Amino acid sequence: MLRDEDRIFTNLYGFQDWRLEGARKRGDWDNTKAILDKGPDAIVDEIKASGLRGRGGAGFPTGLKWSFMPKESDGKPTYLVVNADEGEPGTCKDREMMRHDPHKLVEGCLIAGFAMRASAAYIYIRGEFFIEANNLEAAVQEAYDAGLIGPNACGSGYSFDVFVHRGAGAYICGEETALIESLEGKKGQPRLKPPFPAGVGVWGRPTTVNNVESIAVSPTIMRRGASWFAGLGRENNTGTKVFSISGHVENPCNVEEEMSIPLKELIEKHAGGVRGGWDNLLAIIPGGSSVRMLPKSICDTVLMDFDSLSAEKSGLGTAAVIVMDKSTDLIRAIARLSQFYAHESCGQCTPCREGTGWMWRIMERLATGEADVAEIDMLLEVSTQIEGHTICALGDAAAWPIQGLMRHFRPMVEERIMQRKNKQPAAA
Amino acid sequence: MKRVPAPNEIQPDSFTFTPENLEKAKQHIAKYPPRRQASAVMPLLDLAQRQHQNWLPRAAMDAVAEMLEMPRIRVYEVATFYTMYNLAPVGEHFVQICTTTPCWLRGSDDVVSACKSKLGVELGETTADGKFTVIEVECLGACANAPMMQVNDDYYEDLTADNTAAVLDALAKGDKPKAGPQSGRRGSEPAGGPTTLQDFTLQDSRGDG
Repeated sequence: MLRDEDRIFTNLYGFQDWRLEGARKRGDWDNTKAILDKGPDAIVDEIKASGLRGRGGAGFPTGLKWSFMPKESDGKPTYLVVNADEGEPGTCKDREMMRHDPHKLVEGCLIAGFAMRASAAYIYIRGEFFIEANNLEAAVQEAYDAGLIGPNACGSGYSFDVFVHRGAGAYICGEETALIESLEGKKGQPRLKPPFPAGVGVWGRPTTVNNVESIAVSPTIMRRGASWFAGLGRENNTGTKVFSISGHVENPCNVEEEMSIPLKELIEKHAGGVRGGWDNLLAIIPGGSSVRMLPKSICDTVLMDFDSLSAEKSGLGTAAVIVMDKSTDLIRAIARLSQFYAHESCGQCTPCREGTGWMWRIMERLATGEADVAEIDMLLEVSTQIEGHTICALGDAAAWPIQGLMRHFRPMVEERIMQRKNKQPAAA
Repeated sequence: MKRVPAPNEIQPDSFTFTPENLEKAKQHIAKYPPRRQASAVMPLLDLAQRQHQNWLPRAAMDAVAEMLEMPRIRVYEVATFYTMYNLAPVGEHFVQICTTTPCWLRGSDDVVSACKSKLGVELGETTADGKFTVIEVECLGACANAPMMQVNDDYYEDLTADNTAAVLDALAKGDKPKAGPQSGRRGSEPAGGPTTLQDFTLQDSRGDG
């Protein structure tokens, strides 16, 4: 188990003061100038060496992403945008960081922004997070008042602004180019890539979009060193990670643990175990609703990291662990996710706009058993017609939960159809 | 709920920001680079909605469009795309129950039933006295405290049928029940106390108030 002294988010549960005074006690803003004095390239190199991979779902190496930003200024601004539009079902980690440890994020914005030579950071927080946005705004104001950000931030001679922008209820704005559109005051509909945001981002300027957690861990990595962070977890899957554990466990919670912790250990140590014991486990969605579920046999041994979970055709995603015990109607659970994606499709690409609703309707039929067995293959076929055929990954995300269900539990779906057929009187 | 504007009969003829909100609007606009004032459309629509009993009349959208020098249609697009903008009147207490899978697994059906029976309305309806509107929403991002609902700006978490009814009773009486977990938990730590950070939790207990 990760030692407390290796935990980054030491106020994850909000037992302490979240304001500047409390944050300073926990080590935030401690001689930040010394970190900035190392220079942008040294910071990017340190983050690269730490092995930090993006915490928002895709797992792209954070330091590498920062290095894509232009090194020579053309005299116009460039931007860091923090994706705080947390909405992936199962995921509730960024919320805790923003309401209980907001200074880690604000300090991270300065360090990351400086490393990528950005002029300002915009933190795009989902609109429903009202208290979280208030705490974050208050933390930003405290940092301005203390000279930590703004002109001559931390006495470094570097000028850097941080702004908070509230969303208004659209899951799609968690997609980086939709988020950029939204920040520009438009509907959140994803843009085609290329051009990538590092070339043409918000207001046409080079932009890097990072998840809250990726940014918030960077000050601690700079303080403790890349080798400390890289020494946690496994190769290519380094560091600590905040896991959100929900569903059928005794004690749902968020917890920061070492990357690559076995899934079973994570649940038993921190969430009080599966309701009714480990043997009562049916399946787990290990990385937020968009990744494919795993049956118990895989959950017994799988490690919670990028590579282990993708080897099982699932993914770490946002590290949101949704636990389902044997009482769960798995088909209904996935049908509800299909409804979610149908609701959240932005309507731009035909395969997703039409396909998500179509898949939801078929899933509802499968949930009641009021379908034909042949519809399962038709559904899988249509899911592959959506997957990979849309501008953004929402279409993929809608397809994968269904594919995961059929991959591991197809007999259960077929059985329900047969049961219903058997109950019906034979056709005359 | 349908994302269509309220009928003309109830649309007010005009909308003007209060001086206080006008000042706030200017602060929002100042966050964005020069000539990029359209970026302030979302915070301004939010301000307008808060000023107008939690719903956005067309006159408010037009006022925002004029203020930001945007074509009206661009503002209508934004107002109809994002679900937090209410295009028609809602009750004084706007109850949004999350029923997405993580909440459903922990009993969001009970929360829905409790709201329906307590208030005597179906999902999407407003009580006759105009006090409560109840709707079903997608994941609100508090899954380790599921099931949960949002009432106006506040999250009520770790709900059961009983404590949901208690929250509604308190609201009906004009009280403001304490937001957050209704189970005695402080945040998203495991019930019964954290399994980590136990030394740190002793240091200071002022919390976030």
